[in-house]
Order: sequence, then C-alpha cells, then structure tokens
Amino acid sequence: MGLWRWSLSLVLFLLAAACKDKGAQPPESGAGGGGGGGAVFGAALSLTGAAASYGAQQRAGIQAAVDEVNGGGQTKVSVLFEDDASTKEQGITVFQKFINRDKVSAIIGPTLSNTASAADPLAQQAKVPVLGISNTAATGITDIGNYIWRDSLTEAQVIPGAFKKAQEKLHFKTAGILYGNDDVFTKAGYDVMQKALQDLGVKVLGTQTFAKPDRDYNAQLTELMAAKPDVLVVSALADNASAIVAQARQRGWTGPILGGNGFNSPAFIKNAGPAADGVMVGTSWNSLSQDPANQKFLAAMKKAGVNPDQFSAQAYTGVLILAEAIKQSGGKSGREDIEAGLGKVKDLDTPLGKFSFTPNRDAQHEPSVQQVKDGKFQIVQ
Amino acid sequence: MGQQVLNGIFLGSIYALFAVGYTLVFGVLDILNLAHQAVFMLAAFIALALVADAHFTLWLALPAAVLAGGLIGIVLERLAFRPLRGRADSNISGLISSLAMATVFEAIALEIFGPDISRFPQGTFPDRVIHLGGATASLLQLCIVGISVVLMAALTLLLARTRLGRQIRAVAENPRAARILGVNVDRAIAVAFFLSSALGGAAGVLFGLAFNSISPDIGRAVELKGLAVIILGGMGSIPGAVIAGFALGMVEVFTVAYLGSSFRDAVSFAVLFLVLVARPHGLFGRAAAREA
Repeated sequence: MGLWRWSLSLVLFLLAAACKDKGAQPPESGAGGGGGGGAVFGAALSLTGAAASYGAQQRAGIQAAVDEVNGGGQTKVSVLFEDDASTKEQGITVFQKFINRDKVSAIIGPTLSNTASAADPLAQQAKVPVLGISNTAATGITDIGNYIWRDSLTEAQVIPGAFKKAQEKLHFKTAGILYGNDDVFTKAGYDVMQKALQDLGVKVLGTQTFAKPDRDYNAQLTELMAAKPDVLVVSALADNASAIVAQARQRGWTGPILGGNGFNSPAFIKNAGPAADGVMVGTSWNSLSQDPANQKFLAAMKKAGVNPDQFSAQAYTGVLILAEAIKQSGGKSGREDIEAGLGKVKDLDTPLGKFSFTPNRDAQHEPSVQQVKDGKFQIVQ
Repeated sequence: MGQQVLNGIFLGSIYALFAVGYTLVFGVLDILNLAHQAVFMLAAFIALALVADAHFTLWLALPAAVLAGGLIGIVLERLAFRPLRGRADSNISGLISSLAMATVFEAIALEIFGPDISRFPQGTFPDRVIHLGGATASLLQLCIVGISVVLMAALTLLLARTRLGRQIRAVAENPRAARILGVNVDRAIAVAFFLSSALGGAAGVLFGLAFNSISPDIGRAVELKGLAVIILGGMGSIPGAVIAGFALGMVEVFTVAYLGSSFRDAVSFAVLFLVLVARPHGLFGRAAAREA
C-alpha cells in the first residue's frame, strides 16, 4: 500500500511540474531591473510550439541588443519575456498581461503573423506601440492601426526579387507549389509567390496544400512530381519546411527548391541535413555585410554562443529601433513618446542595413538572396 | 496512381499498427486507453535517444524501444487502471486517469527532449530507393510496412494459438468466469497492456523514422486517427483494426492528392460516419449481446 501512496504522490508531483512548465515563465529583466527608471518593453515570443525555433533566436537577439544599448549611453531599457506558445490564444493572454499588469512602454513581437493578427488589435485599442520583429504577412499586420509597426520586410518585399535572381541562375519555366493553408503567414507567402511566378512568366503545373501539424507530405509531393515541374516552390514554417525538403529528396526530387521566409533559420538546415543543399530563399539579412552595425551584432551573437540568423538580426534591430525612438523623443519612454519617436526613425544603422519605416509603418531596407551550400546559407551575389 | 496506392499502404500500416494495440486493450477491459498515444510518442523518443546519444544501431534500438514501450504499458496499467478496477464507474474514471497519464508523459518528454522537433541522425537508415513498376518506394518504407505486418501477424497468432492468448481472450469475454476457471486476471490484463503498448511503441518508432520528425505532441496526430480506425474496424476487433487502418491511410492519401489537405479529416470522418450508419458495430464488430 505504501508503494501506491508513494507513486500517487509522484504522479501528482509530475503533474504539478507539468503545469508549472506550461505556465508563464518567470520574467527575466535585462540589466538595470528593479525600476531604475529605464523603459520596460514586453517581448511576446514563440518559445514553445511550432515556431519555437524562431523564438529562441529572437530571445538571443533581444538580449544581446539590450546589453548593447545599456552599455552604450544614457538610454536604459529592460525586456520582459513571455511565451506566446505559437498560438493566437496564448498570444492574446500575454498581450493582456503586458498591457494591463506590467504596463510596458511597448511590445516586441509576437513571433508569428498569425498570432499578431489576433493580439495586435488589443494593443492598438490600448494605444500601446507594437514593434513586430518577424511578422512578414503582406497584409493584416500594420493595417491593424497606427500603433502597429514592424522591422521585418514582408514576403511581398522579399520574394519577387529573390525569385527573379533565382530564375536568372536556374532558368526555370515551370513550377509546382506546396503551401500551408492553415496559417496567415504561409498562405500570404503563397499569394506573393504565385504572383511573382506569374510576373516572371513561369507556368504553375500543380498546387498542393498541407496543415501545420502534418508530418506526411508524400501524397502531395507525389502529385506535384508527377507533373514534372522545373522547380518546387514551398511556403512553410521551418519545421514543416525541413520535413518537406527531406521527403522530397527521399522521393527522388533532385531539382531546385525555392522557399519562403520560413526557411530562414539554422534549424531548417540542421533538420533537413544534406537534403537542404541547393535550397534558395530570399532574406532580409545579409550575413556577409561588412557594416559596423552588422559586425557588432555578429560579435555579440558569437559571445552569446548563438548561431545568428535573420530572426535574431531582426530582433536585435527591434531593440535598437525602440532605443532610437526614445532618443528621438528626448529620452522619455511613455507609450505616446515611443509612438511619436518611432515616426522619426530614419536611416538608422542596424545589422539589416540603413533602416527606415515606410509611411505605412512597414520596414524599408535592401533584401538579399541566399542558397544552402554544404550545410550553410551563403549569400548569392 | 500506383505511387499513391503505395503511399496509402505505407501510411495505413502505421495507423493499423497503432490501432491494433489500442483496440486490444479496449477488447479486454472495455476502456479506452487515452495514454496509448503518449506511449507511441515516448517510444519514438527512446529509440531516438538510443540511436543519437547511445549510438545503438537501429536494429538494436527498435526492439529496445518496443520493449520499453511495453514496460511503460505495465506501469500505466498499474498507476492508471488497476487502482480503479472494480469500481462501478471504472470505465469513465479509467478514461480520465489515462488522459492524466498522457499529460504526465507529454510533460516528461517536454522536460527531457524540449518542445522542438527532433530527428534521427543522418544515415540511421540506408537511403535506398526501390522501383516497383512505375512507382518508387524507399527501402525504409518497405521495411516499415514489413515490420508492421509481421508484428500484427505475430499478435494474431499469439492470441489465437497460445495459452497466454487464450487467457487474454477469456478475460475479455468474462473476467469473473475466467477467474473462476483459474486464470490470473490481473496478470492477463498486465500482459495485454504490455502487448498493446509494445505495438503502440513500435508504431511510434516507425512513425518517427518514416517522417523523421519527433516532438512531444506527435501522439496527438495519430490519437484521433487511431480512435477512428478502431471504431471503423469494430471496437475490440483486431482484424477490423488492421483493415480499417489500411483503409484510412488510403482514404487520406487520395483525399490529400485529389481534393486538398483541408478535406482530409472531413472525408475520413465522413467515411467513418457512413460506415457506422450502415454497420453500427463497425466492419468487424460484434453486437453487445455477449454481456447477457
């Protein structure tokens, strides 16, 4: 009997541990916490769930930028991290906490466009500035209202240029498309890709769909490959993307694969392995840039022991932009001060290049194209 | 076309293997073991850990993970089912306690392996493509179908021909009568759980190998499918689960290919519904008359 008591309490303990794990993570403040007068931002990141591979990168980027800003000058900032679990529901909860309980000056995130489309309206209503650092859906983000900003280029800004460059290299005339139709971002990516292919005069021989939790893409790939297109075009998040590419290669696909923004992650290459070789994707961050701002970012990431990618670069840039906004409004960090300051950010030196906002509060800077070679993204010149 | 049939057989073999274990426990206890999907997931992770961290070959890791799955099944039975046995409401309370165990198992996996998708290292299985007429299949896919069929056949033989199998069937028929005839009912149930979870674990390892992505929530992908399969096949019927598993795999593949992925679950469950309208006890189910 004693044994059963014991195992029952073990089960209860494990249950409690499970609940604790799924709940909110304790807030981590950057340097100078404890109300030293600095601005407090809230970062809603996907630290678990489908987009967890991006969230970890973003957290590293933000942390590095906070250290950089606080080490630099008179502006002091700190960031509270919360996990949006890659879902709309959790994203809304986190936003409510930031707006009402933590009373943050501005919100960074959330990671997915899908979550942003649901959570951002809360901030707009409460007049809290939001700076998206990875929302790339062409519509439905900054359209929400004048308090929603982003430093991530949209698919519409990156993909047409990337596909044009890819066609110059690969001379393809026909394509088969596979995209996730249950996610705002991958669906929007598909719309842009279809338009870009049309503009380039590429004929689409087949279109197939999948959903985020799917693991088996054999049926779709079989159908697409039966049409024998020159190139496979895929709009997917990194986790799906690596499985799709791996299964396509397993099915015997040797042709090129063009990806959307979801492919821009070291996790994609790590998980797809050799199958990733030859995959081409547009990117908003040129890892080879010799600009001092980029070199500083690379050094910071090296020190943190993190493999930098577009997502950490954009997250890092986000903090620089908010710090600049505070500077622009004379060091004041109220919600309205930051909102006004963001409007004045122009040609800021960041790892992404000279950064400005468009009149619609979207990002404006030069995109690049990269291709996987020997297990690494390499910028296509 | 031929290729899609092959894809369907391949997916169906995993569904069938998962569902056979699911339905075995239902047949014996009349309880749905909702933690079956968590055992599926844990076994996949155990095989992964053995291959990636302990550098076992797959042919050693697979049986080890299957055995581990079976042992988890015994633990599961002890913790979630046995304490409740004999209560008037044990069907519902067992359902709930198995759900709790599923949550615990998922939390353990989340703690140890993290939320990210993990994969078997490159070269765990030789990358060979085999041409069959106009279609192609990888060696891995053929092995998966082969292993599934062998395991399901072994279970059928075990239940039909051995003393142990007879005891399990006797308990399924009537636990009290079985006990009077000298069958150790607790032991027979524990063995049923071991077999069920071992097969569920095998399905998990094969699923992990096939689609090469393992995360703490992969069980959820097959949980509902498994339920649909055992209802379709007739609750408690093993041949029913096998045939329904392959049928569901085939229906899914053709729906995805020709109607789009959004319709997959809609079509699968519509088929389930139609079959139940025509045959309320499923394809191979027996009417509940034996209770009398």
